Amino acid sequence: MTTPANTLRRFAGTGRGLMADSGALVFVVLGLLVAGSWALVGPSFLSYENILSIVQRSVALGIVAAGQTIVILVGSLDLSVAYLVSVTAVIASAIMQGDPALMLPAVAVCLAIGVIVGLTNGLIITKLRVNAFIATLGVALILRGVLNASVDNFTGSVPIEFQALAYASLGPVPYSIMLLAGVFAAGWFLLRYTRLGHHIYAVGGDEETARLSGIRSHRIIITSHVIVSLTAVLTGLFIVSRLRAGAPWVGPDGAYDLESIAAVVVGGTALAGGRGGVLGTLAGVFILALLDNVFNQLQVNPFIKDIVRGVIIVGAVAIYALGSRRRDG
Amino acid sequence: MTEQQLPGDPPEPATSAGPPLLEVTGISKSFFGVTVLADVDLDVRAGEVHAVLGENGAGKSTLMKVVAAAHQPDAGTIRLGGEEVTFSHPRDAQLKGVSIIYQEFNLLPDRTVAQNIFLGREPVRAGVVDSRRMEADTRRLLAALGASNIPPDRLVRELSVAQQQTVEISKALSYEARVLVMDEPTAALSPHETEALFERVRRLQEQGLGILYISHRLKEIFELAQRVTVLKDGRRVGTVEASAVTTRELVRMMVGRDLAHYYPPHASPDELGEVRLRVRGGGVPGLLHDIDLEVRAGEIVGVAGLAGSGRTELAQALFGVRPFGSGRVEVDGRAVDLRTPRAALRQRMGFVTEDRKAEGLVLPLAVRDNGLLALRALGRWLSGRLPGGPLRVTDLMKRVDLRAASLDQEVRYLSGGNQQKVVLAKWLATNASILIFDEPTRGIDVGAKAGIHELMRELARAGAAILMISSELPEVIGMSDRMLVMRGGTIAGRLPADPTEDRIMLLATGERDLGEAA
Repeated sequence: MTTPANTLRRFAGTGRGLMADSGALVFVVLGLLVAGSWALVGPSFLSYENILSIVQRSVALGIVAAGQTIVILVGSLDLSVAYLVSVTAVIASAIMQGDPALMLPAVAVCLAIGVIVGLTNGLIITKLRVNAFIATLGVALILRGVLNASVDNFTGSVPIEFQALAYASLGPVPYSIMLLAGVFAAGWFLLRYTRLGHHIYAVGGDEETARLSGIRSHRIIITSHVIVSLTAVLTGLFIVSRLRAGAPWVGPDGAYDLESIAAVVVGGTALAGGRGGVLGTLAGVFILALLDNVFNQLQVNPFIKDIVRGVIIVGAVAIYALGSRRRDG
Repeated sequence: MTEQQLPGDPPEPATSAGPPLLEVTGISKSFFGVTVLADVDLDVRAGEVHAVLGENGAGKSTLMKVVAAAHQPDAGTIRLGGEEVTFSHPRDAQLKGVSIIYQEFNLLPDRTVAQNIFLGREPVRAGVVDSRRMEADTRRLLAALGASNIPPDRLVRELSVAQQQTVEISKALSYEARVLVMDEPTAALSPHETEALFERVRRLQEQGLGILYISHRLKEIFELAQRVTVLKDGRRVGTVEASAVTTRELVRMMVGRDLAHYYPPHASPDELGEVRLRVRGGGVPGLLHDIDLEVRAGEIVGVAGLAGSGRTELAQALFGVRPFGSGRVEVDGRAVDLRTPRAALRQRMGFVTEDRKAEGLVLPLAVRDNGLLALRALGRWLSGRLPGGPLRVTDLMKRVDLRAASLDQEVRYLSGGNQQKVVLAKWLATNASILIFDEPTRGIDVGAKAGIHELMRELARAGAAILMISSELPEVIGMSDRMLVMRGGTIAGRLPADPTEDRIMLLATGERDLGEAA
């Protein structure tokens, strides 16, 4: 009974309802940056190798930023992801010890840890009513303490087979990019087509209304926290496959906590929750990676790079805010 | 400075011959090419209450925001005391004596009354804020309004809505307001508080202020206003003397047609079915006690009572928001435990809340997603598919007669009436047949109001059991087949259809004689 036209209309309709208007804007920004970079760097910028390099640089941050999008959409956020990335990298490599037979158990243990951390964050926020910022900061400190008390250098190693995740490809497409694409496709599908996705927007938009409409808002918040923790675990697994062994500093060095939040807001998702989506975040991640790439190629002082990044993050959010204020006017 | 009356000057009689204190002419305003106001004239004289009336979307609020400089007009002039002025900012208007009191107050809940009134211009002595002077001035301002019972050092959070409103009025007066704009000031007040507010408004009038008064309640307008300006679709339909016009004529001006009757007929005895909802000895510690009630299929049971009598708490307890701690609740004769809204939803109950923006709708989401909110809540997690398919939403919105540009429109851009229809659609989507309405038409214009009432009655005729809470006596009388009157956290009395307002007020106040309660 569903005609193609109907499906299409519904598709478009849901898109407009569930994606913030600023979601489109970030792609314009990305396009402008690509054009600008091309002009600055020259034709080599748009070479297959260079684009591949930009996308590959985006994988680690991209995966956890997809999770961060979901938890921000539900009206929360997660500052514990950076240390969870480290915990995953260290534990995965410590369990595997170069033995391919231990790959599956190691991944399973890491995912289980992700679920536990996510549940902990979610339960503290919903049941103890601790503000998400404080709750996840506390959990981050706990993870850091445990990590630094147990290890202080590279621990164990991952087998060649596991390194394939970071280094091998299927035909011309690296596995890492497939992983990134898979995570975003899953996030996009979750938000757009599942009830959980709709509930995430509802709870993030107005938790009380959602609750009074029969949505178990606590459960939605907790689930979102489990999801973001699982994406942090995936990022940790990807990083350890790239580094061949896990070390406690890989997470904080990548600043995955604040960087992922930056990517989400640059991507047009409202920090207050309820509006936005993962596609904008993907563009946000690309914008950050592209800046890195251009500045490296032009060999500009890295401090200037930070200044430009700062301006872009603040500028993007200001433009979204102005846009929505005008609409409300 | 000018020849106008200032507070404290001898009162000037409210004659129609008085010169206009504030006069706006030819005001036009459009947003994104949509004309909201077209060539509107309005003036208010010293010592006059001038009511502005119109359906939602007629442009009343925009006009008031232009007057108070919250919006800049595209065309038109504003004259204050005969002199043309341009306000660049609301603060500018305020300093020149034009203050507005919005429905949602601009008060800081965790600061004191005095701190709120003198916010941004605290008196300073020797480099520190002079709290004593601030409180003394506040006391004087409050006394001038006959509200000496509000302590200047009390936190605003601890005040009742009516008291907070009084603080807002005092704040406006502290700016030496000459023109005061009041946007639906009685929307959240009980009849008692409304009467007290009217006293204050009359006092201000005697002091020579010009008051622009927005309301949907025609009765108030006749009680207070000397003149009425009616807006429709952004144009001025006309300005009339309140004493020379009837309710019927005003309604016709507002909606452009005659509304045959205000309320649909009551249920006849053969339309009543089984008892759907029954409560015995229901209580919530500190809020409700000894609640006994039943609602039948096909019946609309009204709940009246003053603010604080436990009306909303009753609705919240029934719907599991703040559940009953004692007593027994039965749905269709079976005992049920309504501990959460979700549990209530499963019993096919629906709750149209008092505050539709904070509790009824997710404002940044589309009509479609709000309409499906409750239905999705009952579904399985990982399936976005809905029984009935995409057409279901369209049907639903047709059932509630929603006139939105598109189902993808965000609900925050809809009028109050249309928003309420979306809330209703949310519950119809789940086939809810025990419906609780808390102030179903608050802040909704006359035309849309009749539509909501009609819908409620249709639902009852189709077998729904409806409990309706309203602080508007004409509404609760007009709609109810039976009535419960609450006082002090319990049901103080039960009345048949069409009781007089006096009987309700007697039960609600617990007073023996009518006194001021009438």
